[in-house]
Amino acid sequence: MRSDRNTAAPLGLKIAAGAGLAFLHLPILLIFLYAFTTEEKSYQFPPPGLTLKWFAVTWNRPDVWEALGLSVRVATISTAIALVLGTLCAAAVSRTKFFGRETISLLVILPIALPGIITGIALRSAFSFAEIPFSFWTIVLGHATFCVVVIYNNAVARFRRVSGSLIEASMDLGADSFQTFRYIILPNIGTALLAGGMLAFALSFDEVIVTTFTAGQQSTLPIWMLEELVRPRQRPVTNVVAMVVVIVTFLPILGAYYLTRDGDQVAGGGK
Amino acid sequence: MSIATDTSILARRGGLSGRLSDLFWRKPGILLLLMLTPPLLWLGIIYLGSLIALLLQSFFSIDDFSGLINFEFTLSTYRQLLIPSNFDIILRTVVMAVMVTLASAVIAFPIAYYAARYARGKWKVIFYLGVMLPLWSSYLVKIYAWKLILAKEGILTWFLAKLHLLWLLDAWLALPVVGGSSLSISYTGTFIVFIYVWMPFMILPIQAALERVPGNLIEASADLGGNPAQTFRFVLFPLALPGIIAGSIFTFSLTLGDYIIPQIIGSSRLFIGQAVYAQQGTAGNIPLAAAFSVVPIVIMGLYLWMAKRQGAFDAL
Repeated sequence: MRSDRNTAAPLGLKIAAGAGLAFLHLPILLIFLYAFTTEEKSYQFPPPGLTLKWFAVTWNRPDVWEALGLSVRVATISTAIALVLGTLCAAAVSRTKFFGRETISLLVILPIALPGIITGIALRSAFSFAEIPFSFWTIVLGHATFCVVVIYNNAVARFRRVSGSLIEASMDLGADSFQTFRYIILPNIGTALLAGGMLAFALSFDEVIVTTFTAGQQSTLPIWMLEELVRPRQRPVTNVVAMVVVIVTFLPILGAYYLTRDGDQVAGGGK
Repeated sequence: MSIATDTSILARRGGLSGRLSDLFWRKPGILLLLMLTPPLLWLGIIYLGSLIALLLQSFFSIDDFSGLINFEFTLSTYRQLLIPSNFDIILRTVVMAVMVTLASAVIAFPIAYYAARYARGKWKVIFYLGVMLPLWSSYLVKIYAWKLILAKEGILTWFLAKLHLLWLLDAWLALPVVGGSSLSISYTGTFIVFIYVWMPFMILPIQAALERVPGNLIEASADLGGNPAQTFRFVLFPLALPGIIAGSIFTFSLTLGDYIIPQIIGSSRLFIGQAVYAQQGTAGNIPLAAAFSVVPIVIMGLYLWMAKRQGAFDAL
């Protein structure tokens, strides 16, 4: 006899799960409240008053815009590089079996499996050893390296579902490899790549640990925030920036989820 | 006979792209090589190259007088890790990582279990996004939120004052080791923020493991007279264990290597990540920094090896 699937959860479990989710979300909601506080000098709660003034102040801050611009440029180029490298790797690993296949998966995952500080310091000492000055491109080099895995994971999951006979059929019907890629493979893996790209963008946009080692004098938005956290100077501006960052990172996550929700593996399962 | 086979074979494709496709079809190895070269060059040279260069430097030492690196093979840098002040850093970090991992597993389990067994339809989506959004939201913003919460004038103090429980907070802060003058500069604060930031990484693998447990297995346990505690102890927990171990890989590794959380919310005593940062930055002692960064690599290597034996990778 089939057991009833609709048994209700025990009350204790409901409370524990609900409390756990609340623990994950309340601190982020608090950020939204603090963006409107009138208090400048401390983190006083409850806020003595609410105001929209800090949004205007933040809007007119050139250093925030500069940091934001740098972050967006770094994330865009790193994502583009990671898209190419990650897709190539995923295609190779999923289409064929060859010696050292497992090692390649490991190599791709390693940059996020090892603590970020190790990646950071390794890159920094390599740059100083090779006498490469810090620049925009040293930041991109680091970011692209750990963004590859996000694209790779998404693409591998999708390649598993694209049947090999589709590709053979296309070739049998006279298409060459490039046409097959353009008309058969790309439409099939397109949404997975888009989802992976969004997640890679979010990952790069938010990255701070590796960036502190590869950035030199420039500051990305997370580096700007880190300086504010270590030595708070303009708390109200930081509050507003924090809120904007939360909103900006939520959008790609939601987008990636809706693009891949029908698949066997949903994007973002592993960061 | 031969005519039939001849016509069923298409003519060779013309043009460069056509000839290339024919080549790829006949010799898949060449296509494979072309596809693998760019990513392998990138990861192999930029990433592995720097990593190996870093590890090699841990076998050099720094000259105490000139402050320059002495390029001779020595184990003296590793010996420095064992002097009490450095060894304390390693011990402190490992203890923190273990505590964070255990606490994360305890908090994550009910969420994962509810999501895997009871949540259906709309609730399934809510639980999934409810874990995914905090997981992916900005690392620094999450730390910043806790700075707001734990500050002396912040929401936690206000909340406890409303409940007339301030004495409890004061009593906790008066304790040795875990206490301090305020939660935001104590180990307790560091511990809470570590749990908050890494716990979502624990939920997903546990949920994946629990999804595979058939519901009637738990009912069978109850039918055979097991009470909920026994069912958990002898049925649910062993089946969830690979997921818990898989999740602990993240919580453990991320805690071992983090240097920003203890710097912003914590006492002035260092963790491994901070030691690496200080040694390579202000102290300019790259060999010691490299030796320090070998510690998490070795610990994670051992951990992964044990996890693999427990079958944790199937739950990832």
